[in-house]
Parts: sequence; C-alpha cells; structure tokens
Amino acid sequence: MVLPGTIWLLLFSYLPMFGQVLAFKKFRIDPDGFFASVINSEWVGLDNFKYLFSTNDAWIITRNTILYNLVFIVVGLVAAVATAILLSELINKRLSKVYQTSILFPHFISWVIGSYFVFTFLSSEHGMLNNILGWFHIDPISWYNESKYWPFILVFMSLWKGVGYGSIVYLASIVGIDRTYYEAAMIDGASKWKQIKHVTLPMLKPLMIILTIMNIGRIFNSDFGLFYQVPRDSGALYPVTNVIDTFVYRGLMNLGDIGMSTAAGLYQSAVGFTLVIITNYIVRKIDEESALF
Amino acid sequence: MPKLEQTQTSLAISKPLEEINGEKAKIPVKKYRDPQHLHPVTNAIISLLLGILAITCVFPFIYVIIISFTSEESIVRNGFELFPKEWSMDAYRYLWSMKDSLFRSYGVTILITILGTVISVFMITFYAYAISRPQFKYRRFFTFFAFFTMLFSGGLVPTYIVVTQFLDLKNTIWALILPLAMNAFYIIIMRTFFIKSVSESILESARMDGASEWRIFFQIIFPLSLPGIATIALFSTLGYWNDWFTALLYIDDPHLVPLQSLLMKIEANLEFMRQNMDISIMQQSLFDTIPQESAKMAMVVIATLPIAVSYPFFQKYFIKGLTIGGVKE
Repeated sequence: MVLPGTIWLLLFSYLPMFGQVLAFKKFRIDPDGFFASVINSEWVGLDNFKYLFSTNDAWIITRNTILYNLVFIVVGLVAAVATAILLSELINKRLSKVYQTSILFPHFISWVIGSYFVFTFLSSEHGMLNNILGWFHIDPISWYNESKYWPFILVFMSLWKGVGYGSIVYLASIVGIDRTYYEAAMIDGASKWKQIKHVTLPMLKPLMIILTIMNIGRIFNSDFGLFYQVPRDSGALYPVTNVIDTFVYRGLMNLGDIGMSTAAGLYQSAVGFTLVIITNYIVRKIDEESALF
Repeated sequence: MPKLEQTQTSLAISKPLEEINGEKAKIPVKKYRDPQHLHPVTNAIISLLLGILAITCVFPFIYVIIISFTSEESIVRNGFELFPKEWSMDAYRYLWSMKDSLFRSYGVTILITILGTVISVFMITFYAYAISRPQFKYRRFFTFFAFFTMLFSGGLVPTYIVVTQFLDLKNTIWALILPLAMNAFYIIIMRTFFIKSVSESILESARMDGASEWRIFFQIIFPLSLPGIATIALFSTLGYWNDWFTALLYIDDPHLVPLQSLLMKIEANLEFMRQNMDISIMQQSLFDTIPQESAKMAMVVIATLPIAVSYPFFQKYFIKGLTIGGVKE
C-alpha cells in the first residue's frame, strides 16, 4: 500500500534533494540522461554560493523574506485572534456565520485572481484609488512603479487572504473553552473585557505559541503568488517584492542560471531546516505535548 | 440600486449556510438577555467592524463583476466604476467569440482537477492507512520517510530538472497532476484521522471473517473514514483548481493551459487567447473597440464563479476539516 506513495516521494522529493548537489556544480546537460547530467557536471565547489553572496541580491532577498514574514506573523496573529474573539462574542450567531463565510472566502481564491482584484484598485489608468485621488485633484499615482507603497499593500493583501483561515482556527479553539470558566469569572464580577483578558487569551496561548513557532520555522519560505502575481512581476518593484522564492524562480526561468538558483534554493532549504529543528527544540523545552516531533 | 444588488449577492452567498445552520440558529436567545452577552451598543460596534471586514473580503469579487458588465468606452472615460454609467455585455460576447480556447482551458482545468483529486486521494489514503496500522512492521520508517519531506525540501530548481529532464513531463498533462499529487502534511493528517477513527477491534473481526486487507480497506475503512477523506479531497480539489504555478513552470503548449494560467497570460494582452485560432476579421469587426479591460474581468468572473457558487456548500466541510487534523497523535 505504501508503494505508490513511496515512488512518488522518491521521484518528487528525494530525487530533487539529491539534485541539490547541483548547487556545487556547473550544470551541463549530458546526452546520457538525467543522472549522467548531474554526475558528470563539473564540480565548482562553493563558486555558486560565492557568486550568489557577492551580489547585492542575496542580502535584499534575505532581508525581504524575513522582514515580510515577521510582519505577517505578528500582524496575522493579532488580527486572527482579535477577529476570532469578536466573532465569538457576537450575539447574533447567524450573523456571525455569515461573517465567517465572507471572511474565509479569499482563502479559496488563487493569487492570479487576487492580482486582478488588486489591479482593479491600483491600475494607474482605470483603478479605483486613482479615481478617488482624482476627485481631490491629486495626481494619479503609478502604483506599479512606486516601490514605497508596496510593503503596505503586500501586508494588507496577506492579511486579506489569511485572516479568515487564522480566525477560524482560533474560533474553533474558543468554542472549545469550557463555559464554566466564564461563569466563574462573572460571579467574581469580571467584565467582558476582563473575561477576554483573563480567560480567553490565556486559554488560546498554547495554540498561539505553537502556530507562531511553526511560522517562525518557515520564515525563510514565502508565498510565491503573493510576491510574484500581486505586483504583476513589475521590475520597478523588485527591491521591495523580491524574496528568495521569486529570486530562485527568476534565476531559473528568466536567466537560466541553474547553478546560482540551485545554490539560493539550497540556502533556503538548509536555513529553513535548521530553523524548524531549533524552533521544535524550543517548543519541546516549553511544552513537550505541543512539539511537532 | 447597485447597493441593493450587493446585498442580494451576499444574501445569495449566505442563504444555503443559513439553511444548514437553520435549526441551531432558530433556537437562540433573543427572548431574554443573557447577562453573559455584550451590551447592545458594543455588539452593534462589533457587528459593524466585522461587517466592514466581511465586505472587504468579498467586495473585490463584486467589483470585478460590475467591471465586467461595464462598457469599454465607459471604462476608458471614467475608469473602473462601482456605478457605471453604461452597462454592456460586450465583454462576454467577446469571450464567446473565443470560446474554443476558453472551453479548452476549462476542460484542462476540470480534467486535472478530477484526475488529480482521485489520484491524490488514493495515494494519500493508502500511504496514511498503512503507516497508521501497528501491525505494519516498517511504519516508523515510512512515517519518517514522508515526514522528512516536510522539513527539508528539494528546492525548486532540482525539482524542475527532475520533472523536465528525468521524467520528461514538460508540456504533458501529467506535469500538472503529478507534482501536486502528494503532500506529506495531508499524509500526516490522514494518519492521525485513521488512528483516531478506526478501531482495531473492527479490523480484528473483519479479519476473523476472512476478509482480505484490500476488502477491509475498501469496504470498512473507506466508508468509516469518509469525513477525513472528503476533507483531503476538498483540499486537493481546490489545490488543483487554483494551481497556476506548475503550469507556469512546465507548460508552454497553448493547448494545455489551465484556466488560472490562461488568466495570467492574458494579463498583458488578450490576444494570447487567439493563438492557434482562425478568427475571421469579420468577427473581429463585430466590436468597434475590443473590450480589453472588461473582457479580462469577465474571464476572472468565469474562472471564479464555480468556487463562489459551490463555496457556501463546501466551506462547512472545510471548517470541519480544519479541526479534525491535529497533526500529532
């Protein structure tokens, strides 16, 4: 029964892992097929890495990836928990369901569609924002060429897509909290605000810690679609939109520089791996039950 | 007027949900004021805040629908408006003139979605079931074998080289199906689900009655685990439907372009859809101005509609699915 899955894992996961050695080679296609190509490619040691880190790009993509992810983690956590608490407190439960349904909707939309959604607002000729600016006689802004706005746009879009999912995870946890805690708090005269502060939030804390630590473990990986589709691959925005994933993709497809983009990919995998191991180790120390492995 | 339309759309979205929750929703509280509840004013403020958030989440889709029905002249003159002065069906008529390539893309997407979902559900459940059984001698090894791929990835470039050079899948339908077929995360979720929901005693008794392992799997395990399997199927259906990345990597052939990827290609220019098509100049001249912008938005509508329509039905299962999958035992 494990056979089909094992074959798949071998082909699509383990063979590429073996292919990571190309980061230390100069890739050359060999007529004898794939293995010959990988094995016969000439060793170049750390040249690919030296080349990668000699450019300014390595620093920019690392900085962008980490900073964006940090902001996403913090803002996403606050927004998701706040939304979940508000949803759980609404008196009208039917309204709450309707809201949940709408808030989760963006989660099911691909970034291709998402990029069209953004375009309807930001298009420099027809977009809604420039129309509104027009009413106030402000000159239209060429959004897709102005890098200074994009950190905010990307954070906003990441929230737009992610807050529904996050809040429903937390909401499920809030619903599971034993009502008697709240009753006891009320008998002691705790206000709603105090109940949230002293019952709900502490009860959510373990989940918040686990999800955050898992996110920190993935801090070197980013949502390719968000950084590639939403800015419409606009070159002027690269300084603020280029992350490791998009860099590797462009290195491969646009430049065809296999050595360097493999090196960047291996850099990402290796640091990511280390981070997961470290964060899991920390989780284990805090709370063994919650550790991933 | 269009405001009314908005509420109607959101009603249409919410209606089936209300039906689902109807029983529960009708019982509650309105008669007496539970002291645990919020003050009405606070409640109104929270409702408003969440309402704004909810509208922000669905608004862009409604906006795109409106734009797709706006006449091109109106767009050129006034931009994308919420209340366009001139409505028009030109965008959809224009897309209809390119229906061949549109339907082909739809076909590709539907094919990979169905085939891919079936393949991945079987591969994932087989694997997960095997590693969930204590009798399976190598289960620890195979669990780790799958789990490790979550920790360390092969990276984009080596994967690309394997798929194109070794498996030779470039520009085949399989390039859109196979790379997405498995996912260690789903395996682990399913494993947990099997461990929780299938008790060993049922299997024992089936074995005593002489049922083969395959028969046990298909006649006992499968029906018992349907909620979990449905969740995985839903995840992977959405994954395939929304996938554009594998197409971006592996597909150049315009005959094999799935819907999402077609949308990407027309971003710069609609003419992509005309490639390999004999469109007479007659047909072209049906339109004074080619409805560039509105036709793109109409494409977005067409590609999103199946999800938007089925969404209220499946979101309940999705939410359930979110809560079944504690990753750990």
